[in-house]
Amino acid sequence: MTERTYAPGTHPDLPPPSDTIGLIHWLKANLFSSPVNSVVTLVAIYLLYLALPSAFNWLFIDATYVGETRKDCAQEGACMAFIGERFNLFVYGFYPAELRWRVNLAAILLAVAGAAVLWDKIPARKHMLKFALAYPFIGAWLLSGGFGLESVGTHLFGGLMLTLTIGVTGIAFSLPLGILLALGRQSQLPIIKYFCIAFIEFIRGVPLITLLFVASTMLSYFLPPGTTFDLLLRVLIMVTLFASAYMAEVVRGGLQALPKGQLEAADSLGLNYSQAMRLIILPQALKISIPGIVNTFIGLYKDSTLVIVIGLLDPLGIGRASVADSAWLGLSTEVYLFVAVFFFISCFGMARYSLYLENKLNTGHKR
Amino acid sequence: MSEAQSNSTTEKCIEIRNMNKWYGDFHVLKNINLEVHKGEKIVICGPSGSGKSTMIRCINRLEEHQQGDIIVDGTELTNDLKNIDAVRREVGMVFQHFNLFPHLTVLENCTLAPIWVRNTPKAEAEATAMEFLERVKIPEQANKYPGQLSGGQQQRVAIARSLCMRPNIMLFDEPTSALDPEMIKEVLDTMVSLAEEGITMLCVTHEMGFAKKVADRVIFMDEGEIIETNNPHDFFDNPQHDRTKLFLSQILGH
Repeated sequence: MTERTYAPGTHPDLPPPSDTIGLIHWLKANLFSSPVNSVVTLVAIYLLYLALPSAFNWLFIDATYVGETRKDCAQEGACMAFIGERFNLFVYGFYPAELRWRVNLAAILLAVAGAAVLWDKIPARKHMLKFALAYPFIGAWLLSGGFGLESVGTHLFGGLMLTLTIGVTGIAFSLPLGILLALGRQSQLPIIKYFCIAFIEFIRGVPLITLLFVASTMLSYFLPPGTTFDLLLRVLIMVTLFASAYMAEVVRGGLQALPKGQLEAADSLGLNYSQAMRLIILPQALKISIPGIVNTFIGLYKDSTLVIVIGLLDPLGIGRASVADSAWLGLSTEVYLFVAVFFFISCFGMARYSLYLENKLNTGHKR
Repeated sequence: MSEAQSNSTTEKCIEIRNMNKWYGDFHVLKNINLEVHKGEKIVICGPSGSGKSTMIRCINRLEEHQQGDIIVDGTELTNDLKNIDAVRREVGMVFQHFNLFPHLTVLENCTLAPIWVRNTPKAEAEATAMEFLERVKIPEQANKYPGQLSGGQQQRVAIARSLCMRPNIMLFDEPTSALDPEMIKEVLDTMVSLAEEGITMLCVTHEMGFAKKVADRVIFMDEGEIIETNNPHDFFDNPQHDRTKLFLSQILGH
């Protein structure tokens, strides 16, 4: 037995041993923790050494970023001049050039509304949130016109603005709808319960492409003859319904993860059903569900590329059409890389925001 | 009503008559009859699975009874949601696992129900909450989250949260069973001081010291029935039924 160095109660807090902190420790723990890990690390470094320099040369050193025609592009590197030439098409689709300010304005207002929803330290948040609630109508009005603005048919929508229109609409409406479906599925009232179950199971059991075909062709059989129902609107409804069925199951998972005691405590304090849900159950269930919810959002956002099958051109559709341009042959790598980077930035942003939100809402209650 | 005998006033606070409850085919509560007078402290004990928690959970309708009557403060518990909410406003409950709301601070836990159920202005609700947090001796934790407190502190917050609704009746469902030994005392002390103030209390617990100290009556339950009801003195020193004797010998035997 070693001798006691300090009297009981006077033992100071000592710093940790030096080999458990710092850069060396990090390298040891993460890259060279065992012989196998060391080999894997070295092989990975070698592969990066093979791949990165040539990719870097292709994309930056040998690449052509400015140019008018295919001939301006050097043979060796990437021909990014093409992306620049088609940039407006990628962003606005076929939206009339003289009306593009409306798309820009809608995008700026979207950023403002989005900031109000996503960032709780924004000044005058209450009023900003009211604006965010009104935004879907303002945005729709700016993009499609009417009421004093020149109308723009939705068949002219395309590219980035189409993706954002579908993505934002789907995200904004599928979450509340999914919550209602999840609560409905747990309802004591059989009619509500079985309606929700049937809806969720039907939508989940059918591929999105099928629903989009239904939206583009079959819906007109069900509607009274002579009614015209905008194609994009049908797509928006279908995409929203599709995502909301998945959302409902994600939220239901969160609801089931809560201990029964939470609802009992709310009940015992005299809160009614809607108060208990709004103040106690949903804030906790949604917090638990954040990874699943954002997962569904990302899925929805990327699924918007499927509208290509009914003739709407999102960035991927524009890309496919551009690749076929005979004046700019052989540029599929550049085009698809551009589309991939665009989707990656959007989706990675959502993923990072979800992590930030999880950390912010963590109140140290882990059981 | 005479104030001179305030400890045994005849005003009925809770009345349970011929109450039966089943879980499916399983008969959990068998012909329960119980009258609780205003200001009375009742301790309910019995082996696990004897239905004691289920019985007190019937009083604020966390569990539904299938037969018989339960009348709380003159309101009969039926399927009428209005009656249920009215009863729940007047009956506070403390749970074994505290059931604090982890996404709200201690103060918000205490002010939530007064603000939303009683429409109390926020400032007033906060003042009341701080008053009760001082009573349970943790005002300094008001802005922490429940997850940052010890078990004993959480349970005291739970008691304060119930008291903020200014209930006439408090139900305690094994309030110290999930606590470390060192923390049981701080919660029991809070409950004793509450008992001394004259609130009506029904407490499911195995803390026999607490029962001897504060209970007006001790109820022993087994297999869904009330086997014996007695004052604490006779209950512990002179139990009537063999089943009670066996139970007492088991919990007091070590």
